[in-house]
Amino acid sequence: MILPAQYLALAGLLFATGVVGVLARRNAIVMFMSIELMLNAVNLTLVTFARMHGNLDGQVLAFFVMIVAAAEAVVGLALIVSIFRRTKSVSVDDAGELRG
Amino acid sequence: MSAPIFEAAWLVPALPLLGAAILLFAGKRMSKAAGGLATVMMAGSFSVGLWIFFELLSMPAAERLHTSTLYTFIKAGTFEVALDYRIDPLSVLMILVVTGVGSLIHLYSIGYMRGDERESRFFAYMNLFAFSMLLLVMANNMLIMYVGWELVGLSSYLLIGFWFERPAASTAAKKAFITNRVGDVGFALGIMLIFVHFGTLDFSRVLSEAGALGTGAATAIALLLFAGAAGKSAQIPLHVWLPDAMEGPTPVSALIHAATMVTAGVYMVGRAHPIFAQSPVAMDVVAWIGLATALLAAFIAFTQDDIKRVLAYSTVSQLGFMFLALGVGATSAAIFHLFTHAFFKALMFLGAGSVMHGSNDETDITKMGGLGRAMPWTAATFVIGWFAIIGVPGFSGFFSKDQILAGVYGSGGTILWVGALVATFGTGFYMSRLVFLTFFGPSRAPEGVRAHESPAVMVWPLALLAVAAAGAGWFGATVHGGGFHRFVAPSVCAAHDPAHVAEQPRVQTCTVDAATGEVHPLEREGGAGELVLGSVATAAGVAGLGAAGFMYLGGFPWQRRRERPTLVWKASRNKFFVDEVYQFLFTGVGKAVAATAAFVVDRRVIDGTVSRLAHGVGALSVVGRKLQTGMVRTYAVGVLGGVVALGVLLVARAR
Amino acid sequence: MEQWIFWIVAPISLGSAIAMLMARNTVHAAMLLVVNFFTLAVFYVVQNADFLAAVQVIVYAGAIMVLFLFVIMLIGDKDEDLTERIKGQRTTALLLGFGLAALTVFTIRTALSTAEFRGLAEASKGGNVEAIGRAIFTRYLWPFEVTSLLLIVAAIAAIVIGRRSTSDDEEIEPEPSDSPAPIAAAPVAEPRDGRA
Repeated sequence: MILPAQYLALAGLLFATGVVGVLARRNAIVMFMSIELMLNAVNLTLVTFARMHGNLDGQVLAFFVMIVAAAEAVVGLALIVSIFRRTKSVSVDDAGELRG
Repeated sequence: MSAPIFEAAWLVPALPLLGAAILLFAGKRMSKAAGGLATVMMAGSFSVGLWIFFELLSMPAAERLHTSTLYTFIKAGTFEVALDYRIDPLSVLMILVVTGVGSLIHLYSIGYMRGDERESRFFAYMNLFAFSMLLLVMANNMLIMYVGWELVGLSSYLLIGFWFERPAASTAAKKAFITNRVGDVGFALGIMLIFVHFGTLDFSRVLSEAGALGTGAATAIALLLFAGAAGKSAQIPLHVWLPDAMEGPTPVSALIHAATMVTAGVYMVGRAHPIFAQSPVAMDVVAWIGLATALLAAFIAFTQDDIKRVLAYSTVSQLGFMFLALGVGATSAAIFHLFTHAFFKALMFLGAGSVMHGSNDETDITKMGGLGRAMPWTAATFVIGWFAIIGVPGFSGFFSKDQILAGVYGSGGTILWVGALVATFGTGFYMSRLVFLTFFGPSRAPEGVRAHESPAVMVWPLALLAVAAAGAGWFGATVHGGGFHRFVAPSVCAAHDPAHVAEQPRVQTCTVDAATGEVHPLEREGGAGELVLGSVATAAGVAGLGAAGFMYLGGFPWQRRRERPTLVWKASRNKFFVDEVYQFLFTGVGKAVAATAAFVVDRRVIDGTVSRLAHGVGALSVVGRKLQTGMVRTYAVGVLGGVVALGVLLVARAR
Repeated sequence: MEQWIFWIVAPISLGSAIAMLMARNTVHAAMLLVVNFFTLAVFYVVQNADFLAAVQVIVYAGAIMVLFLFVIMLIGDKDEDLTERIKGQRTTALLLGFGLAALTVFTIRTALSTAEFRGLAEASKGGNVEAIGRAIFTRYLWPFEVTSLLLIVAAIAAIVIGRRSTSDDEEIEPEPSDSPAPIAAAPVAEPRDGRA
């Protein structure tokens, strides 16, 4: 019998990987992809819970997450393109205007 | 028992007060008449005083007391103080001395201060002083006496610093006032203690109930009161102001610093004798300090060259004698000496003023000499004063000083008596030195200075005072029988049972003559005979005269000796460096404390703490600024780090 | 049976994720992520989330990743220099990652180790798609409408942001950097230094 814990553990590991990706990469696009990875890990968790409780609410929620992730990806990528056009760089380290 | 004049006794202080008020406000316009007005006011007070005196004489001794309340001005619960005055032999005596000698000095000042640009202001201050002193001696409670006490100090300040353009004068005035104030603190505390123990400040009650006072309380009160007296009457350690007070005009020195103000302390201790009598410790303190002051001042007077300074130290020394007498319970003798001293010292001060006036304001006796030929009247009167002070038999000082010495001997204080004899020798020496150097011998005046006699308006008071200095002693020739003592005794006695004299050698005891109702102070000479004691005392004085004559008349090379001064001479000349010690202790140490407070405490500690606080905040901000890197990724690390930390926390708590 | 699928597919999933992290080439990273998405789709199917599996493949793998690839194309896929410029960043990141992983696993073990699947047989009456449709259009109608609005807004936003307006496009002094030079019609300039 498969246990929910297995899926959940896998989702946790995927999430952690996404975190490391966000922190350790300089390229804005790769950072963004890591964020998408994190979102997907959460979706997996939701679906697992839905099956665990015998309720479709988890799946519906995962569906909405996907939609929002899509919208977010669109806007974010547009931003990256726009910034690249100004500064010719996709390195996140170059955006240092918040320095105090 | 009261006569109508007693009700008008308030006139005595009021007349000089009126004079002072008029002269203060309208003085500029009447500078010519200022002196006259002031003298008239003083003469008026003297007349009223004389009238009261004769009224008092016509009453039996036991009834010579009258008090009168003018106005009750403090009423706070149990504390009640009224402006009331007391007429009894002691206060009337003081009134006569103050107004009598005061009138003569006012008269003398008309000539002395003529031409001074603030002449009317001078007489205003003199009258103010007379008012204050009269308030002091006529007061019937300690608070009014204290008011008069302080006003007298104020008048003294104003008069010492009268020529305030001279820095020495204004400094001397400040010194006098401040030293007085130090003593006055003790006096005020004493008054408060009196209130605590007696519930009132009224003399009538305090003096009659003093016998019930415990020794501890009496000692405390007496010592505090004596502190005030020491300040006002220039006893050790508060004697330092009197020699410097000579910066004031000579009439001021004569009136205030010889005859009246400085005697206020003696008067006060005499008045409070019933309290002092309850405390043998306090009496001892008074006697020993009096003796020490008498000796110290005499010793310093040996080497002073300023004519007024010699007289100032002489005053300090004679005051010491008076306190010595008070301390051994010979209160009546002390008051008698106060009386005679007023005459001969005022005489000598006015004489010194005349000498200065006639020698172009020279004060250095080493530059005088032979003035006896140039100023015969001044010299003659001065010589009479001289005889009085050294105790030539028959003159006033002879009687009063002998009675003091007899009283000391009779109270059992042999060391005190020997010390007093030494001081008497000293008195003879320095006064004779002064007279010989000033009036006798060859003239050492610089070229072109011709001395001349002073005008009549200055010489007449000298003559009158000389008569008094010569003859006043006969009033109290013997303690037991003399009219003076019989008159004053009721005011100063603290015990009335002669049977207890042996147990209480230091208390002024009086007997009441059953037949006449007269009160006599008890004479104590220890049985050795009045004549023997008197001879010893006179011999001491004459020995001093002889020594001075040898040194300063007989060709002793005293001027050459000065070129190689001994340590003893230097100590005497520099007043034993007391002023320097005080300067170091109070200004030096005080300045050091102030400098520490300002530069160390204020600057380094307080300001330093504040700036260090500010720097600390700055340093903190430098560290804190490092958080603001502007790098998104470090912020991300921060966010996720926080998430992990929170997660761990929640899990740990759920466990 | 399911365990077999799980234990074969899970390593692929995790492996592709980690490989994506370490990829030098951005296009490689994108491809690896697509692989990851496919594994997730497999899991969805296994877990009776048919609709979701389809959406995952169509939307995520098909649309979003294609979008990513378009952008990579616009920006350039020069190999990235993987040296870390910020001191301690990589270590901290790894530590945090491990910490997070440990935390999650630990929580799951303690809280859910004995939980069991109830199964969606009952909930998915009439088929999964119909059931989800029923849920969306009844219970979750309001979020549905709002997210539609969100999509429209996002589309408009992307157009507005991505628009090339000539006044914004300044010539900036170039500095050397590790970013790839643009292939598209952007003005030719030297790359800027990747310094903060």
